[in-house]
Amino acid sequence: MSSAVGSDALAGLGASEPKARRARFIDRGFRWVTLLIGVGLIALLIYMLVDLTAGGWRTFSRFGFGFFTGTTWNPVRGREQFGALPFIFGTLVTSLLAVLIAVPISVGLALFLNQVRGLLANPLAVFIDILAAIPSIVYGLWGLFVLKPFLDSTVEPFLIATVGKVPVIGVFFRGKAQGPDMLTAGVILAIMIVPIITAVSREVIAVVPRDLREAALALGATRWESVRVAVLPYARNGIVGATMLGLGRALGETIAVTMVIGNVPKIGWSLLQPGATIPSWIASSFREASSVGLHRSALLALAVTLVIWSLILALVSRILVRKTAEQLGEPGEDEPVSVARLGTAG
Amino acid sequence: MSAAGILQPVRGSRRIKDLAYRGALWCCVAIAMATLGVIAFYVVKRGISALSVNFFTKEPASQLHPEQGGIVQSFIGTGIIVGIASLIAIPLGLLTAVYLAEYGKGRLASAIRLTAQVLLSVPSIVAGAFIWTVVVVAFGNFSAFAGGLALVVLMWPIVARATEEVLLLVPQDLREGSLALGLPRWKTIMRVVVPAAGAGILTAVMLAVARALGETAPILLTALGNDFINTDPLKPTDAVPLRIFSDARTPVPGLHQIAWGGALVLLLAVLLLSIGARVLSVRQQKRLA
Repeated sequence: MSSAVGSDALAGLGASEPKARRARFIDRGFRWVTLLIGVGLIALLIYMLVDLTAGGWRTFSRFGFGFFTGTTWNPVRGREQFGALPFIFGTLVTSLLAVLIAVPISVGLALFLNQVRGLLANPLAVFIDILAAIPSIVYGLWGLFVLKPFLDSTVEPFLIATVGKVPVIGVFFRGKAQGPDMLTAGVILAIMIVPIITAVSREVIAVVPRDLREAALALGATRWESVRVAVLPYARNGIVGATMLGLGRALGETIAVTMVIGNVPKIGWSLLQPGATIPSWIASSFREASSVGLHRSALLALAVTLVIWSLILALVSRILVRKTAEQLGEPGEDEPVSVARLGTAG
Repeated sequence: MSAAGILQPVRGSRRIKDLAYRGALWCCVAIAMATLGVIAFYVVKRGISALSVNFFTKEPASQLHPEQGGIVQSFIGTGIIVGIASLIAIPLGLLTAVYLAEYGKGRLASAIRLTAQVLLSVPSIVAGAFIWTVVVVAFGNFSAFAGGLALVVLMWPIVARATEEVLLLVPQDLREGSLALGLPRWKTIMRVVVPAAGAGILTAVMLAVARALGETAPILLTALGNDFINTDPLKPTDAVPLRIFSDARTPVPGLHQIAWGGALVLLLAVLLLSIGARVLSVRQQKRLA
């Protein structure tokens, strides 16, 4: 080591011309290698987007906008008909349901983590990280054998008997309790996106200046009033951003949903009926499609749709979270990498 | 208003609203903890009875006596697939991070960072579909190698972003000292900066591997699965998540049992890596602070 340092040092000082040139060459070479690899990452993303779009192009050009509005999915050769509406519908319904359930809980957890600095706060943060680290397949297995029977035997009969009788809202809760359904998928998704929404909301709430809350408390506000007046209005954009991020995760979640939703391409208002989402349909029909051109192209077109949605959501969420941070005078730093950020394995 | 007026306890609807708020917060905490508790309880309870010597050493037995078989082919397959992915993604991620932290300034570096962020938000099944078309369909068969490549798409940006953050924490003095001693920049980076960030880089790698271990969708579309041991990286290969997925969808209770066993092992591995990574990173932060 020391001799290497010595010779390089001399080389650096120009004592030996060829050696110095070689050292400079290696140094520059190393820089170029890292640069090329970095550019390689960009190339990978571009290649992926181009390849998927090119693969899906046959479908887009043949069915046009009808791909998004058609309701028939028929891969039989000669009678091919590919309409993605049932999957788009299923994806939106389950993901929105998940967000509806997950956001209040996540915001509650985020507020709790920001205000309670007691014995409980640290373990709670660890628990939420663990929830984020559980693989999707484990959620799916649990959803299939524990959550689904539980919902089928208790919650769903109850919903059918009570809310199902109410006009208007009732349409969401008609049908039979047994069997796979979109409600189960929504609940599983909700559990899976709580960690990410909590993590981002927590960061956003943490940048709200404490002075504001303390001033409210000093004026005699209760805790709730201080939060309503001095925290939520400032954090609102950021919480919406966190919600978008959670929605993006829910849209793309594959295995857990595939295991509980039933994979029936059908559009119906009742949450108690089986359905299918874009990822669940790709995962359950890629095998037959491997050797059939147009069918394969249709699945890639579904994948492209999914990518576009998740990129838009990620972008909007990033803008909202940054805007909140900037408004509150924090440097708009890049998101830190944490377990929750890296997401649940799909 | 007198001082006594200020100090009066809050009453009426204000008090009720505040109590409701506090109660709601505690409810959220209770729901989160209870969910985690119930999941852990079932995975441990149902999984533990599946674990046996056969489970770790045998291939699946007939569906009539699934308990006599095991899922050794899944463990081997997961090792091969995640191994291939790690061999490719860790060096690539590390060198990307070196560029971002040590050389990268300006637009190109921002573009690379943005790319990593975008790749992190792309659903993992899309990575699977991508490798499915460019490798599986193009070469005509599902394989462990294709599975590894699909995981590379997910691991590369994770390693790159997490490692960059750690490299930026290494004090500038170290670099300056090393350069002042005449060490060229690449040696400064590889022999001084990277080792100084060692524990942090290990954390990044552990997080990425933990993520890869649990992925199902991308390897389903690429490695497909296999009932037998396969060590040829160019043939369809099983993995623990794939086995859980296929066993859970059969109507055979004995196979469900096997699936729970697989879930328990998988969960333990993933949690050990994630918690280990967390402990390491806390220690590292304390050391550098």
